[in-house]
Amino acid sequence: MLQRLTKLSSFSQFLISIALVVLAAAGCFTVSAYIDHRVVALILLLTVSLIAIVFDIVPVLTAATLSALIWNFFFIQPKFTFHIGTAEDAFLFLMYFVIALINGVLTNRIRRSEQLVREKEKKEKTVKLYNTLLNSLSHELKTPIAAIIGATDNLLSDSSGLSEENKKQLVEEISIASLRLNQQVENLLSMSRLESGFIAPKKDWVDMNELVYNVINRLENALKNHKIQISIEENLPYYKLDYGLMEQVLYNLLYNASIYTPPYTEIQIHVKNNADKIYKLDLDIHDQRRIRTETNFLVITVEDRGPGFPPEEIGKVFEKFYRLSNARTGGTGLGLSIVKGFVESHNGTVTLENVPHGARFTIEIPAEISHINNLKNE
Amino acid sequence: MRRLLEITLESNSFIVESAETARDGLRIAANHPPDLIILDLGLPDETGHSVLKKLREWYTKPVIILSVQSNEEDIVAALDNGANDYLVKPFRTGELLARIRSALRISIADEQNTVVDAGNLQIDLAARMVRKNNETVKLTATEYKLLSLLAQHEGKVLTHQYLLREVWGPGYINQSQYLRVFIAQLRKKIELDANRPQYLITESGVGYRFISGK
Repeated sequence: MLQRLTKLSSFSQFLISIALVVLAAAGCFTVSAYIDHRVVALILLLTVSLIAIVFDIVPVLTAATLSALIWNFFFIQPKFTFHIGTAEDAFLFLMYFVIALINGVLTNRIRRSEQLVREKEKKEKTVKLYNTLLNSLSHELKTPIAAIIGATDNLLSDSSGLSEENKKQLVEEISIASLRLNQQVENLLSMSRLESGFIAPKKDWVDMNELVYNVINRLENALKNHKIQISIEENLPYYKLDYGLMEQVLYNLLYNASIYTPPYTEIQIHVKNNADKIYKLDLDIHDQRRIRTETNFLVITVEDRGPGFPPEEIGKVFEKFYRLSNARTGGTGLGLSIVKGFVESHNGTVTLENVPHGARFTIEIPAEISHINNLKNE
Repeated sequence: MRRLLEITLESNSFIVESAETARDGLRIAANHPPDLIILDLGLPDETGHSVLKKLREWYTKPVIILSVQSNEEDIVAALDNGANDYLVKPFRTGELLARIRSALRISIADEQNTVVDAGNLQIDLAARMVRKNNETVKLTATEYKLLSLLAQHEGKVLTHQYLLREVWGPGYINQSQYLRVFIAQLRKKIELDANRPQYLITESGVGYRFISGK
């Protein structure tokens, strides 16, 4: 609550400070028959202190000054004038002013420094998080590099101790490590592109059939222990998408499914068109073009029979570097954030939900479609 | 990379000369014109494109460019500027050798080879006939035009724009949906499994390639 008050605009803070001072003064005034003007001074000082706890320096100083003036006018004899009767009261007035100001400034300072401490803590927390992530990333990259260096050292130093079989295995290790490293570098590059904000999808007509099977064929090895079920709607239109980005999206989702779900389980891919949400996108500055283009939603779902996701983490899995609390080592946590970034660069959305016995990723992208049935073929 | 390529190529019976800079490369090429040039687009002193243009002023033999992924525009531009094929770093040695061999084969066999033999598939360019498993395959005129174009450049990648321009006409270079439809239709007719094509291969973001597998 206090946090909310501190964030009010300067104008609101002004108004509220003034209102509080006036209210306090009014309250005192109504009982001025029973309390002495010195008591009123303390009450007003209290009010100013309270204001100083939550508001910025300028409203506080205003409140301090205002309260001093109000105190003078309404409570010091002779009342209803700024004139001060006795020397003692004049001294009191001066002291009041000074104390109100000091109070205001000091309380404000305390508030400021507390804020700084909190910010510092937050910053340290972020730095710590960053370091953990950097460590994990470092591990992901350095491990295959270590394998390569180890294997090559062995092969380069004298190989009389190595059998032919050994040599072959070492070379295999180098091969596996290199491919893995390549994969991670690709991920980092994609992440980098996303971070820089320079993702401008280069859209061209995409045959979803071709795209899906292309990715599956590329992942043949990774998916060999899973049952893949593909269902693509008949007569699906062609969509204007960036082939490379969408390829990466599907690749990451399927790759994740292959490594995080138990072997021999099913992975289902559904692709369909959602024409219910037809609307015209402002795709071109020329009005004619705008009227003629038609967009539908491309809906892709990737469903697995794996362990699903802990409900409280579902919102976070798409964050950069996020790894599930029970994740096995390996993997940078970048895959899903790349998926999200690339899908969003198409103005699409990606959502995750648990389904009975598994999880389902749903991607929806509004895209221009092409009615292929109208094409001439002779 | 240079040393690696030299070893790879020499161990596969090719004679290799290499250069680190565009200047040296152009000089060597002019002095001993090779049968094929592998050109890295990321040269230190000059862009690969500029080198390619200079080469193409007089060099008619195959040029294969090396580039990095997510640089499809560069690749397409190079292909349009006269490169015959491309490889994306990091590439597998097998792919490198396949592309080199295919590029050399095309350049050597410039006299029209009228029959393209791809195992189960035969394309007789003179008779305009396509046979799959010894049975004639019925293709529409457009389908045949597309297939024969790819088959004539067997092993070589043809860009989307090139295919659209040659098969449909210059006004169609941005109508890639036509290309998609026809490639899909061709695959259904000539491939064993249209979803796992062996002959008509997609080169993401760049174009298509016909592979005979020989």
